[in-house]
Amino acid sequence: MARDIDNTAEDPRRRAPLVLGGRDFTSVTDCVCAVAERPTTLAWKIAFAGSLSLLAVLGVCLAYLISTGVGVWGNNQPVGWAFDIVNFVFWVGIGHAGTLISAVLFLFRQNWRTGINRFAEAMTIFAVVCAAMFPGVHVGRVWLAYWLFPIPNQMGMWPNFRSPLLWDVFAVGTYATVSLLFWYVGLIPDLATLRDRATSRSKQFLYGLFALGWTGSSRAWHRFERAYLLLAALATPLVLSVHSVVSFDFATSQVPGWHTTIFPPYFVAGAIFGGFAMVLNLAIPARELFGLNDIITRRHIDNMARVLLGTGLIVSYAYATEFWTAWYSANDAEQFAFLNRAFGPFAWAFWTMIFCNVVAPQFLWSKRVRSNVWAVFGVALLANIGMWFERFVIIVTSLARDHLPSSWWGFVPTAVDLLTLAGSFGLFFTLFLLFCRYLPVVAMAEVKSIMPQAHGHDPEPSTESAVAGSTAVTIHSAGQSRSIPTGAVTA
Amino acid sequence: MKKTATTPSGAVEAPKVIGLLAEFATVTDVIEAARRVRSAGYSRWDVHSPFPIHGIDPVMGIRPTRLPWLVLTAGLIGLVGGIALQWFANAESYPFLISGKPIWSLPANIPVAFETTILCAALTAVFGMLGLNRLPTHYNPLFRSERFRRATSDRFFILVDASDQQFEIHRTMLLFTDAGAIAVETVED
Repeated sequence: MARDIDNTAEDPRRRAPLVLGGRDFTSVTDCVCAVAERPTTLAWKIAFAGSLSLLAVLGVCLAYLISTGVGVWGNNQPVGWAFDIVNFVFWVGIGHAGTLISAVLFLFRQNWRTGINRFAEAMTIFAVVCAAMFPGVHVGRVWLAYWLFPIPNQMGMWPNFRSPLLWDVFAVGTYATVSLLFWYVGLIPDLATLRDRATSRSKQFLYGLFALGWTGSSRAWHRFERAYLLLAALATPLVLSVHSVVSFDFATSQVPGWHTTIFPPYFVAGAIFGGFAMVLNLAIPARELFGLNDIITRRHIDNMARVLLGTGLIVSYAYATEFWTAWYSANDAEQFAFLNRAFGPFAWAFWTMIFCNVVAPQFLWSKRVRSNVWAVFGVALLANIGMWFERFVIIVTSLARDHLPSSWWGFVPTAVDLLTLAGSFGLFFTLFLLFCRYLPVVAMAEVKSIMPQAHGHDPEPSTESAVAGSTAVTIHSAGQSRSIPTGAVTA
Repeated sequence: MKKTATTPSGAVEAPKVIGLLAEFATVTDVIEAARRVRSAGYSRWDVHSPFPIHGIDPVMGIRPTRLPWLVLTAGLIGLVGGIALQWFANAESYPFLISGKPIWSLPANIPVAFETTILCAALTAVFGMLGLNRLPTHYNPLFRSERFRRATSDRFFILVDASDQQFEIHRTMLLFTDAGAIAVETVED
């Protein structure tokens, strides 16, 4: 755990290694599988107990909400959307970095993604689960949520396909499905590894069941890689569309502060910013706890910190553009909306957002900050907080004071609001901890395929050639084993 | 054929050999061996590796899969299906008149049509891949081999099927040992 080599130096003469510690295929397998194979650690148990308690809080909050009504939240007129939609947009945004890492970086041949893509994808799925819950329960009569789906019903009614809220159903539903498929497809070869190493019958059965009988056949790998490439090519426009569609929920309305064309790209950039922050917040403790410092290296953290800085700058630019557009539009309501954001009753939320999303990432320009993993962790944590406040600012300040001063009102969250938000983190971390405990947290097959040894560059033929000297030829059908000398090995 | 099967004469029949499995230590070795197996004229054989070996497709003569065409077709079906669903639901079966907007206007239907396109294409990419690879296949005699367990970790294997025209156990084994196999064993059903 103490070993942490700095591989962030840029030397144009040689490509920095992606896997450190002189690891070969065997030790990559051992290192990653150990996370799922060794006995449950105390740290994991404590974390799991905490997450499970928060999940219980979520359960109680939802039961109270459903049995009593949406009035248990602070939502009111005109703030009809509050924590429910803030949390929805926040969580669905978190998911985007996972797909970005697994799909966009894959298409750009960014090999460093292999160290982090597995748990980034897991993060995506669990974040989408959290996200999907909020619109599901905020409809009031939860048992009628199936009206969202285009299912023939006894009333002969269909959902309105011209509503952005229905676009959300399709966008988030498709996103959840495709993310799950993408994750599972990548898992198949690694589940086969766990199956082949499993010692107990139950593990052999369960890993074997989900590994689908994978044998690593080259013909299978050929189709597998093609399917993976196609999925990445499909997921890339999908990830851009999902948060664009989420932004349409706002942009197609006429509320000042929402009705802007910058929303789709601005939301997508914010989602990637917040998502990368969450990947960092998960990766930094995970590499320490699970001893993955050779695979999730300092360079990975450095690269992600750069992405965080880059997307943070895009988000900052979007904030500035919004103010500029409001001024340039010469629209009184629009101009007021933005002045109200910065100096109105929710100014504290606005300036929290500015500090976390605009100021904090600037520290990442410094290589000293980027190479201190806990400093990066801190900036990422601030970015997560900032992104939650961004959604809060957009949604609540715009609704609380729109065109007509006679309909202005404020918003105060209730305890149920706050506990439901906390509980959604319980759901997220419970799922994430279960994933860390029982599934391969690093895409082993992909990491191996980017190691130098995978391309015929055998670094040192030490143990391998020693083994090759003594061929073991076994013929079972002959009833006994015979050895055949292998002097004829040609170079 | 199980081990208990008997021949008409009553003698216990040996388990049926379904192939010969050779283990290699490095990618270079297995690519070289694959080249030899192919030039020796074998047709029913496969390389098993813990990760996709880039560059082995031309060596083995693996032709490009038809999966992209299936995915394209499914995507087009999703596109047409998505548009048809929206037209039927909102313009034909239950026309919605909202704010005087046209009953049927394509721009408002693009987001959902896009999502159904991606959904159908992605489902086909995954299930098409599994189908073409004949997965799930939970029974495979290869899994009885102790050595083969390392095929998903750090070793490389070539399996020549016994049904191959060229297959002759000793000659095939010599080919493997010549090519630098660190172990050769038979796989039985």
